[in-house]
Order: sequence, then structure tokens, then C-alpha cells
Amino acid sequence: MDWSFIQKFAPYYVLAAQVTVSISFWGIVLSLVIGLVCSMITELKVPVARQIVAAYIELSRGTPLLVQLFFLYFGFPKLGITLSAETCAIVGLAFLGGSYMSEAFRGGIEAVGPTQTESCRVLGMTWGQTMRHVVIPQALSTALPGVVANVIFLVKESSVVSGIALADLMYLTKDLIGLYYNTTESLLMLVVAYTLILLPISIVGTILERRFDYARR
Amino acid sequence: MSETPDNDIILSVKDLVKRYKGSEQPVLNGVSVDVRRGETVVVLGPSGCGKSTLLRCIVGLEDIQGGEVVLNGKVISGSARTSALRQRIGMVFQSYDLFPNKTVLGNVTLAPLVVQGREKEEVNAQAEQLLQRVGLWDKRDVYPSTLSGGQKQRIAIVRALMTNPEVMLFDEVTAALDPEMVHEVLQVILELSDQGMTMVIVTHEMGFARAIADQVVLLDGGGVVECSHDPESFFEMPSTQRAKDFLGTFEFRREKRAECT
Amino acid sequence: MQGASNILLEGNNLSRLFAGLGVSIQIALVSVLLSIPLGILVGVFMTSRSRVVRFILRFYLDFIRIMPQLVLLYIVFFGTAAWFGVSFDGYTSSIVVFTLWGAAEMGDLVRGALESIPRMQYDSAYVLGFDRRQTFTCIILPQAVRRLLPPAVNLITRMVKTTSLCMLIGVVELIRVGAQIIDLNRFAHPDGALWIYGAIFFMYFFVCFPLSLLSRYLEKRASK
Repeated sequence: MDWSFIQKFAPYYVLAAQVTVSISFWGIVLSLVIGLVCSMITELKVPVARQIVAAYIELSRGTPLLVQLFFLYFGFPKLGITLSAETCAIVGLAFLGGSYMSEAFRGGIEAVGPTQTESCRVLGMTWGQTMRHVVIPQALSTALPGVVANVIFLVKESSVVSGIALADLMYLTKDLIGLYYNTTESLLMLVVAYTLILLPISIVGTILERRFDYARR
Repeated sequence: MSETPDNDIILSVKDLVKRYKGSEQPVLNGVSVDVRRGETVVVLGPSGCGKSTLLRCIVGLEDIQGGEVVLNGKVISGSARTSALRQRIGMVFQSYDLFPNKTVLGNVTLAPLVVQGREKEEVNAQAEQLLQRVGLWDKRDVYPSTLSGGQKQRIAIVRALMTNPEVMLFDEVTAALDPEMVHEVLQVILELSDQGMTMVIVTHEMGFARAIADQVVLLDGGGVVECSHDPESFFEMPSTQRAKDFLGTFEFRREKRAECT
Repeated sequence: MQGASNILLEGNNLSRLFAGLGVSIQIALVSVLLSIPLGILVGVFMTSRSRVVRFILRFYLDFIRIMPQLVLLYIVFFGTAAWFGVSFDGYTSSIVVFTLWGAAEMGDLVRGALESIPRMQYDSAYVLGFDRRQTFTCIILPQAVRRLLPPAVNLITRMVKTTSLCMLIGVVELIRVGAQIIDLNRFAHPDGALWIYGAIFFMYFFVCFPLSLLSRYLEKRASK
């Protein structure tokens, strides 16, 4: 183990981790927005929009992120739409994540039984009040473990953005191995970096899942 | 019904002690019951008195901390039960527990075919005969999930009978059923009794208990409070105060159930 | 657009793409076939009474789960050469990683399915005289498989999609073939990327979509 190598390049890993985190972060934020909109459209059975959402979810779940990114990054410019690598990565991640988040939200909404909304109607609450005070709080707590799982999934998926030359953790690692042959040290730092990013989220997810399980009993 | 020669006793529980891991108080503390051939023993008692545990100990689902279980003069408790030994005591549970991936016929023929290695034709013939008897032969090809609770329980009884056990144990088999289905299940058990099957029944159906019992055992506080070979007098004039109190809790139910069964 | 639409139909481009797809599917298929028996083994051991065995398998599963698949590919692809002197090519590395990943995920599915079988099913089998092996093979396993099937098909779908990463360690699969075609036709078809990556997008979709339909169908059937 070459510790001087690690010392020398650890700061680079911090920078690369920032790329991974920031792309994941914005991708996830957009995913949540897309997911919420899609699940609402599905839930309210909006005509036409509902079919479009269904098709989008199938397309997004049925194709790999790397192909989505290549299409955006290499294919789109031929249509006259040129996006930076960062934008492509975030848009790609959001395109992929939106469908996963939508499914998680939908599961949450469906878990709130019809008797809940019926009870609200009997109590004289409006649809908005029912949603705000009864359905959404319950749906969110049910959907939360799934959402956290999707967050982890999306951070992991973001590792493929190196494919469109973004200087994330994977890109840096490959570079260092190619340049210096310090394979062990580079891979170690790579694993440590992902562990530091993902382990806390995973622990939060486990705690939420336990709490959710407890609430269900 | 007092003196009977010993060789008539088919199943005997002697000073049985059962203590669950991590608890000081034994659930069963020196319980003894003798079951004669062809006899129906009804075990009564408040919830949590160890009635079900007693059956589970007899059949070997629970290990025991003291005493012994004797079948046909042979001690069967203590060591691991062989498959052959287990086939000789049938048991039906409260929650039916049919195999969801098998049809009705598949459920009742699985053990004879796999465990006993019997001929398919002979097994099917027995299954037909038994399913006819409980009125469910026409349901032989459906899956359990489509059946009512009462139907499932009747099939569970047939499944247990298929291995030709010498003794049948019934653990609150009607407790999970809707009231209107209780009767059809109890009727099957009543018929078995008439045919001379040896049975130990744990139940909360007092009217049924009174109608079917040859021997009544009242369990409470880990021991046998009262044991009577004269069920009529047990139900009319129990000899212990504890038995009176227990039967008193069913007072308003008793007349009603008596008509049913 | 006129010239570009030809890039798919020109020469043997389309058949080359399908050959690439074949490599992708082959990697997924071989890995799945290896994962299933290994996964059942892992799953059965995960329900083991030994704490040490359970801890080791838990660590294995959690490590595989938390690392991006690309990281695992890097570890095997670059690591084996550096540490053991044997250099796996991309294709072998991919199969090794996908099998390790599949066995872990499948193992967890098997564990979940086994634990979801009610305790009373074991008791019922016991009183009917079934021995341990008969109980497992005749009663527990068939029920577990029914619950296992839908998530297992989902796992296959994920594997097919994840084969796209293999190009990043130099496997000549669908995407790599596509990139080669685009490079070769850089001047004749400047907008080749749009068509080729579009085609690849839908090729993946038409493999994964039926699998996802199958999984949903199985799920509906299992919940009956």
C-alpha cells in the first residue's frame, strides 16, 4: 500500500466526489418533482397525460441510463440541441429517477385505503383538505423507505456519467489506474468514497424501514 | 365408566411439564391425562391455560421439560419423533394451514404419497371416499384460496385423516370460523366420534363439548383442575369452585349452542 | 435526415447491432443461470442458525448492494490484474461481477421468500410425518419459488440493462458496436449518433419491456 499516493490524490477524490454528489443531488431533486407530478397524473386519471406518463415510465425503466445519456449527449446535438455534459447527466438521471420516484409515490397513495377518503368526505372535508391533512401525510410515510432506496439507486447509477467524460469518481479512478498503475490505492479510495456517500443514506433508509414496519403492525 | 384395563389406554400423558424458554412459570406443570381407545376427550380451560400447548407437546411440536407421553405403551416423548410415529397422531390446527400451492386433492394426498409412499390409485380412492364424506369431492381440483373457512377446515381434517392416524388432535378448529360455518365442521368431528375415532379436542364451543365428550378435562394454572368421565354431571354440577366459575362465564351462551349441536 | 436514415440499413450495420445485443444478452443470461443455484445456496445459508455465517453473508450482500455495479466491475477488471497477476478480460470480469451481484440479490430474495412462509406450514408438515428434506422440497420450496419468481424476473431485467456498463471496461457489446459504427461513418453520416443510439435505446426497451410485463403477470398470479 502506497500511502504517499493516497495522501497525494485524496484531495482529487474529494473533488470528484463533489461532482458525483452534486449531479446526483440535482438529478434526485428533479426526479422527485417528476415523480410527484407523474404520480398525481396517474392517481387523478388525467386523460391523455396519463397514457403519456405510463409510456414514459415504461421507457425510462426499460432502458439503461448509459444509453439514455449517450442519446442525450451524442444524439441530441444532431437535432440542434446541445447540452453540456453536466446538464445531460442531470437530465438523464432525472429521466431515469422520475419513473422510479413516481412508482414509490403511487405505492404510498394506494396504501392509503379508500375508507380514509370516505371518512373525510363524511366529515365534510373538501378534496384539497383531504389530500393535505390525511392522504399525503400518510402516503409520504409509506413511500419514504422506497424513496430512500431510489436515492441510493440514483447515486449508484450516477457512476456511469464518466461515460460522457464527466470527471466523477469513476473517471478519476480510471485515469489514475491508467497513468500510475496504483490500482489498489485508487480502487480503495473509490470504494471508501462511495461508502462515505452511501452508507449514511442506507442507514437512514434502514431506520425508516423499521419504523414503517412498526407502524404497519 | 370407572375401572378399565390398562391396555385400553391408547394415549397417556404423565406428569407433563412444559416451560417456555426465558420464562420462570411453567405453562404446564404436572399434567396427566389418559385417553382410551375410541374415546373423545375434550380439554377445556380459559385462554392461555396451556390447552393448545398440551396438544403441541403430545404431537411433539414442543419439547418438554418433564414427564412423558406414552402411545400404545411406548414412550414417544424425549427423543426426536420418527416420521412413522408422527403419522400415528393426526392434528388439525385453528388456522387450517392448507398448502396454498396445491389443489384440494393435492393437499390431502401429498403426505400419503410422499411420506408413506403409497400407491396413487389407492390414495386417490381413499381421498375420494373421505372428501365425499365431508361433501367436498366436487372441490377436489380448486385451490384452497377460493374456499370458505369452513371448507378449508373440513379439508384440513381430511388431510390429517389420510395418513390413517390412531389418534386425532383438534386445536380450537372452529375458533377462526364465522359462526355459520362452525356447525359444518363440528358435524364432521361428531361423525368421526361416532365411528370410533380416538380424539382429543380443545374447544370453546361448550354445547359441542357437552354433546361429544366422553371425558372432560379442565385445565387452569398449569394443572388439571377437574377431570370427569361423566360430562353431563360435569356441566350440570361441577365439583370444584374453579370449574363452576369457568362454566359460569359461558352461561348465556350455553342454551343457544345446545340447540345447534 | 435522408442520408442518416440509411446508416441503420447500410451494409451490415443492423446485423452488427443485433450481434452486439446478442453479446449483451449472453452476458446477462450466463450470469443469471449461474446466479440462480448460487443464490438459492446463499439464501438457504442466510437463514442459517450460525451467527458467523449470517454475518459474513450479510456483509457480502451489503457490500454488493452499496457499491455501484461499475465500481464492482472496476475492482474485478483492474484489481485481478494487479493482485493476482491473472488478467480477466472484460467479458469474464462482467460475468464474474454479475454472478456475484446476482447471487447476492437472489440470495436475499430466497431468504425473504423462505422467511415469508408461515411457521404453521412447517408444523402442518411435521404432524403429517414429513421429514426435514421432504418438508423443504415438497412444501416450502414450491411456495417460496412462487413468491420468488416475480422479483427474480425483475432482477434479470436489471441485469440486461446493466450489461450496458460492460462497454466501459472494453467489452464489445451492443453500445460499443454502436459507437464503432458511428465512428466508421463519421463523415458519411454525421448525424449517425442520433439514429444509432436511438436504435440501441429501443433495442434495450424491446428486450426489457416484455420481461417487465412477465414479472407483473407473475406477481398478479402469485398474489392470488
